[in-house]
Amino acid sequence: MTDQEGLKTVPHPYPGKLIIVEGIDGSGKSTQLLLLHKWLESKGHKVFFTEWNSSDLVKDTTKRGKKTKSLTPTTFSLLHATDFASRLYHQILPPLKAGMIVLADRYMYTAFARDVVRGVSRDWVRKMYSFAIRPDMAFYFKVPIEVAISRLLGGTRGQFKYYEAGMDMNLSPDLTESFRLFQSQILAEYDKIVEEFSLLTMDATQDIETQQEHMRMLVEDALRGYKPRRGTYGRRTLFWRRFDVPKSE
Amino acid sequence: MVDARYFGDGLTYLNPSDLKGKLIAIEGTDGVGRSTHIEMLQEWLEVQGYGVITTGWTRSNLMSKTIEVAKAGNILDRWSLSLLYATDFADRLEHQIIPALRSGFVVLADRYIYTAFARDFVRSGDRKWIRDVFGFALIPDLVCYLRIDVETLTLRVIETTGMNYWESGMDLRLGDDLYDSFKKYQSLLIKEFDKMAEEFQFDVVDARKSPEEIQSELRGRILPVLQNHTGVAGAGRVPA
Repeated sequence: MTDQEGLKTVPHPYPGKLIIVEGIDGSGKSTQLLLLHKWLESKGHKVFFTEWNSSDLVKDTTKRGKKTKSLTPTTFSLLHATDFASRLYHQILPPLKAGMIVLADRYMYTAFARDVVRGVSRDWVRKMYSFAIRPDMAFYFKVPIEVAISRLLGGTRGQFKYYEAGMDMNLSPDLTESFRLFQSQILAEYDKIVEEFSLLTMDATQDIETQQEHMRMLVEDALRGYKPRRGTYGRRTLFWRRFDVPKSE
Repeated sequence: MVDARYFGDGLTYLNPSDLKGKLIAIEGTDGVGRSTHIEMLQEWLEVQGYGVITTGWTRSNLMSKTIEVAKAGNILDRWSLSLLYATDFADRLEHQIIPALRSGFVVLADRYIYTAFARDFVRSGDRKWIRDVFGFALIPDLVCYLRIDVETLTLRVIETTGMNYWESGMDLRLGDDLYDSFKKYQSLLIKEFDKMAEEFQFDVVDARKSPEEIQSELRGRILPVLQNHTGVAGAGRVPA
């Protein structure tokens, strides 16, 4: 499982299914994943959801590092890998081993795109994530930069955040301009990743229902032959944690 | 470090060629006396006029607290544990070690990447991944390895600080109690350190000797490394 080439071709050995979405901010990937989640549940599947940079272990540290602007490209990348490792171990693998469906909002490809644009070595970041498993389905929501910007500025987001706009890279003193330059480079990197890891490209300029219809069709196809585990009516609160971790600070 | 080099895939955005200082790592397992000797070395070097900074494992601004919390919660898998160490190390490398070397300081590192290698290997049996992860590390000018046997170490640790959960590798469940686990875990670490001592050509110092003897041996190894030191000794302030 620590073979770097294996990440591209070798399927994971577990009975569950791992479906992930990728794309830049404003591509609409989270909306699509949410709608897929609803649909899968309505069909009676047990579904677990996990998102980028959300583990208890690392979230606060990343926040603190961002606030003090002390993150370097390397520590930024390492922190996200730590978060990913922790979620893989605690949130992703147990349901997969139990035969359930896991949905992930962003996966290692986010690091391959973003961290490389920030300046870390392309080889290094791939080797670091070699402990990951290959998803059963990986969707890439492809969107032109101007569409993403108008969605984000027109929506609830209002203003871009410092790191999201890549302000740490000194591309432009203007937030929107910096976002445009930074995210354009990420889009170019994603294009290479789509080839390298055979991600499924979705046209994210289409309206929401059309995209979702397409996505559901593809997932339905991929799940043919998959035997869902019956639920136990168990209500989940906390997950696979034997000990309580005190909040840092 | 005239021809400073990275261990593997380096910091592509940072050219290491203008580092004037010297990077000296003191390695060895828990309780072997590293920090005591580093204190004495710093004193000795400063008296001679060298600018010195020390840097220690898990002591970065960014990570020290996080690692404490994580260890207290006892929920770490192998990858998270090693990646937390790597993040701590990277933060210190870019914010302390490299700036200090650039200004001509002698950097004394209490533990270096080899500690992470040993700990990860003992937990996984795999050497490749952890070495890939630490590819961005600078290769030190000198690695002094304080070598001790597990029997002596056990007695010394009982006499001084006592055994704790992580130094005993209790997460690995190698023994029924702290004492058994400590001995098994530390034996495995020492075995791996010994292997690396050959592979990476550490300067091995026998840590069973008296502190005075160890200190003078360490000084003997460090002096020749400083002889071609081009930095202005003692000049400049400690970088923030």
